[in-house]
Order: sequence, then C-alpha cells, then structure tokens
Amino acid sequence: MISQFAIVLFDGFAFGMLLFVLSVGLSVTLGLMNFINLAHGAFGMLGGYIAVVVMRRLGLPFLVALPAAFLGAALVSIVFERTLFRRLYKAGELNQVLFTIGLVFVAAASAAYVFGTGLQVIQMPSFLRGSVEIGGMRFGTYRIFLIVVALIVTALLYFGLERTRLGAQIRASVDNQRVAQGLGLDVERIFAITFALGSGLAGLGGALAIEIVGLDPSFGFHYLVYVLIVVAVGGLGSITGSFVGAALLGISDVAGKYFVPEIGSFLIYLVLIAILFVRPHGLFGKR
Amino acid sequence: MAEITQTIVDARGWLKLQTRWSPYEIAFWVATLLPFFFLPTYLSLASQIAITALFAISVDLVLGYAGIVTLGHAMFFGLGAYASGLISAKLGWNEPISGLIFGGLVAGAVGFIVSFMIVRVQHLALLMITLGLGFLTYELANALSSITGGTDGLQGVDISPIFGTFNFDLWGYTAYAYSLIVLFIGFLISRRIVNSSFGLALRGVRENVKRMPAIGSDYRFHLQKIYTISAVMAGVAGALLTQTTETVSLDTLSFNRSADVVVMLILGGTGRLYGAILGAIIFMIARDQLSGLNPQYWYFWIGILLMVVVLTMPKGILGGLSRLIGRRDE
Repeated sequence: MISQFAIVLFDGFAFGMLLFVLSVGLSVTLGLMNFINLAHGAFGMLGGYIAVVVMRRLGLPFLVALPAAFLGAALVSIVFERTLFRRLYKAGELNQVLFTIGLVFVAAASAAYVFGTGLQVIQMPSFLRGSVEIGGMRFGTYRIFLIVVALIVTALLYFGLERTRLGAQIRASVDNQRVAQGLGLDVERIFAITFALGSGLAGLGGALAIEIVGLDPSFGFHYLVYVLIVVAVGGLGSITGSFVGAALLGISDVAGKYFVPEIGSFLIYLVLIAILFVRPHGLFGKR
Repeated sequence: MAEITQTIVDARGWLKLQTRWSPYEIAFWVATLLPFFFLPTYLSLASQIAITALFAISVDLVLGYAGIVTLGHAMFFGLGAYASGLISAKLGWNEPISGLIFGGLVAGAVGFIVSFMIVRVQHLALLMITLGLGFLTYELANALSSITGGTDGLQGVDISPIFGTFNFDLWGYTAYAYSLIVLFIGFLISRRIVNSSFGLALRGVRENVKRMPAIGSDYRFHLQKIYTISAVMAGVAGALLTQTTETVSLDTLSFNRSADVVVMLILGGTGRLYGAILGAIIFMIARDQLSGLNPQYWYFWIGILLMVVVLTMPKGILGGLSRLIGRRDE
C-alpha cells in the first residue's frame, strides 16, 4: 500500500513537472500583459511535432530534439506576437479569448492535415528507457529525467528572474507596468522576449510530453485545460505558484485516476472551483 | 423640481422609443414562418436553429449585455435537457409544457447558486470558473451513467402531444412550430429586459463596473439576476431539444456546445439580440451544408473566421453592417 502510494506520488509529481514546463510561460505572460493566450497549448503541440520531425525525418537524437522544439516554438511565437497578438493587447478579454481559440482550431486542423490524426510516437534513447529500482520500488527512468529537466528549468527561471537585468525588468513590468514604462523600460520589447521564452518552454513541454501522454492534433485543446488550471490555481506571474499548482494538479490527477477512476476527473474540477472560489487570484497571486 | 421630472419623463420616453418595433423586425419574424411552406424537408433543421438561437440569446444576455465572459453555458443547456428528459424517461411525466418549465427551473436553480460564485471573480478566474463548471457537469453526467445513460445517451424519453392535440410528427411541423413559439416568447422577454432600466444597468456594469456602485447601483445583484434568467432560458432551450428529438446525449453538456454558441454570438454580434439569432442561423446552416466535410476542417474554417472577425469586425456581422450603413451604434 505504501509503495503504491509512493509510486502514485512519484508519477503524479513527474506529470506535474511536465505541466509546469508547459504552463509557466503562460503564467508570466498573463501576469505581464493580461493577455489571455489560449493558444499557449498550441505552441506546446508545435514543439511536440517539431521534436517528431527532428527525430523521425532527420534522424537526430532526442537530446537534440528538445532544444529544437524550444527554439522552433519560440521563433514561431515571436512571429505571431509581432504580427497578430500585439493588436489585441488593448482589446477586451472576449476578443482575446476568441482570437486565440480560433488559432487553436486552425492549429489542430493544420496538424491533422500535415501529420494525420493518429498518435505520434518517438523512439526514446536507451538510457531513458526502463526503470530504476530504489528500496524495492521501480521508478521510470524517463520520469526521473523529466523531473530533473523541470527542476533545471525552475532553477534557471529563478536565477534569471532574480539575478539578471532582464529578470529585474520583467519583475518591474509585472508589478506595475505604468511605472516601469515611466522609468524608461521598453515594456513591449520585454513582453515580446518573455512571450517567446514562455512559448519556447511550452514547446519544450510538448516535446517532453510525447513519451508520457502522447501527441495528437487535440493536444493543444486537451492540455489547454490543464495549463489554465495550473495558471489560475497558482496565480498570475508567479513561478512558485505555477510550480506548486502544477505539482498539486499532477499528483491529484494521477492519484484521482488511480484510486477513484470513476470520478477522478470530476474531483479535479471540483478542487479548481473550490480554490478559485476561496482565492479568486489563485494560491500565490497578488492581484 | 420641474427639471427633474422632465428628465425622468425623457428617460422613460427614451426607453419607450427603444422598444418600438421596426418594420425590419416584423419582416424578420414573418420570414421565420416561410420554412413551413417552402422548405418542408428542412423543418427539423429549422427547429434546431430555433433552439440554438434561444440558447444563443440566453448567452448574449450575460455575455453581450452584462459582459460576463462565459465558456461553460452548455452546463445550463444540458441541465435543462437532462431534467426534462429524466422526468419523462424515469418518472413517466410526458406533458411537454410542464416538462419545459421544469427544465428551465432546474437550470435556473443551479444558475442562481452558481451566480454567487460568478459575481466574486473577474478576468481569468471567471473564465476558469465557467469553464470548470462546464467540465464538472459533463464529468458528473458521464460518471452517473446509470441515471443519464452516459455516452449512449438517455433513452426512453416519450413526449405526449402538445395540449393533447399537436403530435410531434415525423416531418417536424409541430417541432418547428413549438420551438419557434418558445423562441419568440424568449425573445420578447429578452427584448423587454434589455430595453428596461435593468437592461441599461447591465450595460453600465459591462462598460464600467467600478462606476456602478458609485452611482448607487448594486451591480452584484444585477449580475446575479441576469445570470439566473439566462440559466433558465438556456435550460428551456435544452429541454426543447430533448422534447423535439426525444433523446438526450452527453453532447448537450460538452465544451464544444459552449464554444460554438460564443462563436455564433461573435459572428452575429454581441449585445444585440438579433445578432444571436443571425449568428445561430448562419452557423447552423453552414454546418448542415458542410457536414460532408471532415469535422477537423470545419473547425479550421471556424478558426479562420473567428480570427478574421475579431481583427476586422469586433462588433460582429450586424455591428459591421450597421457601421457600414452609418447607423449610430449603442
């Protein structure tokens, strides 16, 4: 029973870390510009397909596919941000929601057109396959890898936000955009960079997700809900919040589906609504 | 003192002016009768359109007029559908009008409870609560498959003739007439609401939620009221669908239904009741005509359309038209 519990906890935490990588970018960009980007999951999907192409068509190893997914998603997101999204920063939230949902529809249909509707699989390198035995329990190697990657990302984000010049500028813009602008910060440029980094992380998450949850054209929609839950529960613009929110969601999702499969998904939405009812700005949100 | 009375009279007069029927409106409602004579093979589609239009109007009341962005309104549609379906299938209550009212009341009761949450939150949290509630109801109906029939749908719904005389025929004459009459009643009620001082207060909340308390208007109460009314109307629309098709599927609660109705609203234009109806007509006819297409590609075009409408016509097709012919926009 205890070992069962530990395995569920471990799998849930690994899934949570995947959700963290997928969603942390949206949390920061939402906190920065209040721009509700429902297409964030679509950038994750893009990263996933880039990884598939890099590995299957070009025959490059998985560890090359991950940075490629990051860069590809980041570059495409810059193009979208500069040409389309920026027109909507001043528009109402309804228009933002509709525009980005439209983009998700188009992205899903395009993915189905190019890659078909089937589930994509990639061959993992041998050192990420199998499992490791610790204290009589078997932990999946890939999941350990996933947790390590997520922790590295978290550490980099923390260091970047707390110690670098850009990080200070981002924090200032999130705290008070007007004053930051008044002090001469180019908030729009900062936002474009943050947006690209966030979408790149989503792309990385999409590539990492293939082995755990698979990749098909509905990825952008399916994981959008998870990503939004993480952001809403964690609170806008908070890395700690996203981390805790993602870990909570991952663990409760896996535990719910494992122990009470009948109502597992039901419980998650119930918890989401309860948390938002008590704390409308999320667990760690300031505004 | 005299001046104050004068403005009150003017405000009333203004509201009265807004409620006057224009010839276009009368022509539109006369045109809704045409399918009876010219398109008898499309009557079942026509009744689907009428039901969807009623649902779209209910969403327009909260989204277009009160400015509450909701992505989970199918919840009330589905609640009404299941409520009226279950009393027929499980309790054997087959009388349609009372079933319709029952569906509306169940949805309205849930809507009233939910409205306490809705007024507490804004922005992302609001989106997430509406979205979460929608998924919650869907999962609940799925989990309770012993009662709701789960993914197979609810079987055994049987509806008696309306007033004991008008049987639901195969062609859908009764179904369309029934749906159209309910839609018209729902439209009249909504028209009365949006052209009342209450409707004006709602628009005030939409435009500036901070200023409303400053002028002594309790915006939370207004929002709760319109949200409950809208839930009742969505529930009635759902019950209509149950009664005209004599089945209920999980699809009535799905996120796609919530999203589709918002697409219809944005197509027709939010904050104008005819926008909701026009959007429903265009959307449903387009889907019917393009149903041969792979659903993936149908959503591709919907996505393109959404992006183009948002970028070029933020007020929808009706809004774009009224700007073209230079009419003052509200």
